[in-house]
Amino acid sequence: VTTADTPWRRLSPRMLAVHPVQEVVRAAPALFGLLVAGSSSGNGARWGLIGVAIAIVAGTMRWFTTRYRITPEQVQLKRGLLRRQLRAVARDRVRTVDVTAGPLHRALGLVRVTVGTGRSDRSSDGGVRLDGLAASEASGLRDELLHDRPRPHAEEATEARAAPPETVIARLRPEWIRYGPFTLSGIVTVGVLGGFVLNAANDAHVDPRSVGPLRDLGDALASMGLAGAIVAVAAALVLMVAVFSTTGYVLAFWGFRLTRHPGGTLHVARGLVTTRQTTIEERRLRGVEVSEPLLLRSVGGGRCIAIATGLRVGRGAERGGSLLLPPAPRAEAERVAAEVIRGREPLTAPLTPHGPRARRRRFTRALAGCVPVVAAVFALGRLAGWADWVWAVSLVCIPAALALAADRARSLGHAVTPAALIARAGSIVRRRAMLSREGIIGLNLHRSFFQRRAGLVTLTATTAAGRQAYGVPDVVDAEALRVCDQAMPGLITPFLAGTAAGER
Amino acid sequence: VILAPLPTEPPPPDPTAASPPHPAGPPDQGGPPDATPDLELRPPRHRVSPRAIRYWTARAAGGWLLVLTAQVVWLLATPADRRWHVLALAVTVVVAVAHVTVMPRWRYAVHRWEAAPHAVYTQAGWFDQERRIAPISRIQTVDTERGPLEQLFGLSSVTVTTASAAGALEINGLDRAVADRLVDELTAETQAEDAT
Repeated sequence: VTTADTPWRRLSPRMLAVHPVQEVVRAAPALFGLLVAGSSSGNGARWGLIGVAIAIVAGTMRWFTTRYRITPEQVQLKRGLLRRQLRAVARDRVRTVDVTAGPLHRALGLVRVTVGTGRSDRSSDGGVRLDGLAASEASGLRDELLHDRPRPHAEEATEARAAPPETVIARLRPEWIRYGPFTLSGIVTVGVLGGFVLNAANDAHVDPRSVGPLRDLGDALASMGLAGAIVAVAAALVLMVAVFSTTGYVLAFWGFRLTRHPGGTLHVARGLVTTRQTTIEERRLRGVEVSEPLLLRSVGGGRCIAIATGLRVGRGAERGGSLLLPPAPRAEAERVAAEVIRGREPLTAPLTPHGPRARRRRFTRALAGCVPVVAAVFALGRLAGWADWVWAVSLVCIPAALALAADRARSLGHAVTPAALIARAGSIVRRRAMLSREGIIGLNLHRSFFQRRAGLVTLTATTAAGRQAYGVPDVVDAEALRVCDQAMPGLITPFLAGTAAGER
Repeated sequence: VILAPLPTEPPPPDPTAASPPHPAGPPDQGGPPDATPDLELRPPRHRVSPRAIRYWTARAAGGWLLVLTAQVVWLLATPADRRWHVLALAVTVVVAVAHVTVMPRWRYAVHRWEAAPHAVYTQAGWFDQERRIAPISRIQTVDTERGPLEQLFGLSSVTVTTASAAGALEINGLDRAVADRLVDELTAETQAEDAT
């Protein structure tokens, strides 16, 4: 079969029902504007209807103008009526095939397939999005693209699917939802909602005093006194954040399943309303990371994230598909990490602490950060005649900083096993990164002026995967070199002082 | 052997010793106990071109000139009570002079590079210093860059990139001919190797 012979295919005809809805939703602001503008001339409803009709026609046209095909070399997508577009992705560049389905798609048995090349963190990374394939067709397509197998004939496909090819590594257990409130993902939601309500009330000139329930609430708070009111408001906020965080957890991770397929991929499926299936090729895996945000750590929870080339990390980790386990018991996160890298040693290896000098540096830095703030508040208070309690309250940040420094010092640790370089650091988010030694492609040794005085160095292993750089902060000079030598044997040998090798 | 015929210098002294306001570190307080003797990394073998001192001076001076110009304009635009303006100007002049005299020499003492048969090794910075080592087998591209100011001083920057966004090795202030030779040899070494 050659490229020219491959027939162009249409998206699923059921998309004829989805596209118009998508268009109308997307055009909603414009339609609203049309309605408002039209109502000044007395026939807003008519203009609104015309707008909706145009959106529906445009949505319908999308199905008729979109075609795709999968040739032996490329995935091609052709679309547009007036402005014709052809996007093509070479099949040997395909790194990710993500399958998502919103509620409307799910009701109609459809999925959206995004074929990505994993080149960058940008959203428009040259991928091809096939919005609207039948769910059954999509799973075959994913196997074909990722495992580079020729598309099987229909009967072979059913046969292959009959065999149980996957092993389940992890599955969400309902009791893990108790970790939901500690993810704090709800803070953003509460903040956005609060801002929206305040803005709307402001714009509409609503006086909170004129709304019955709010007035009662205000009176109740006023009767509690200042301290009582602060406690009550804080408790209400905490409760709201907890509720929204838990809701977010359930929406995002319900039905979470991590499986390994014999073709060399890990599959992640999750989602309550909108389902997502992402894949990670094992040959692109360079390690795993167990991360424990402070709150989650306080209740014994942790997450597991893949270190793989071409996958998003950080804030985008959940959307970018590198998440291997949502917040769950720490032991579970470690078990999943060990299964994914096929070895327990990186997780159990004892870590070498960084010693008293690194510890002192944590404290110096914490104090250098907050003492000037306290001093500034004190000076400003004196100049501006603030009450003394303002200054007294700012003193709280000193013990907080010291506690943080102590925890940060406790977190520091590193080790080198035959398979991996292990580095742990952080307090607000403690991360234990286990980077496979083959994945390391360079070493950076950073020494600030103060680090040189303390005889410390921050060793960074660079890699093409994940965060691109995994640091071992503030290790003693000689220990850093020992780690370098173990992690990449021979690399630093020609550059060592006082050895014969150095003169070679 | 890579780059054997390049102009070599006597074995370099430790740049940390050469860096002017740098007191010796405190005595070793003992890291983790280890039977093997302590390893010590020597600085890379080659210095950059001495003309780099003038280049860094010119670059820093240019930046400070902009700040000073802005401050003078601010001073002239203020009709009365210029005490603070003059003070700020004086502080800027002192800081600028200190920076322009100290930084380039300190930098020159630190900036070094070396290309061994299997690895590239660089050292850069001044107040904060960084050493970077990358295996030749992991090099993806070798780029040269000559900005207008660098051209004026006959200098080149060489950037050796790896597949990691955090792993680029940059050598600033190389003599142009040396840079070209380095690029040629590294490119020849790294051809047709998969470095991811």
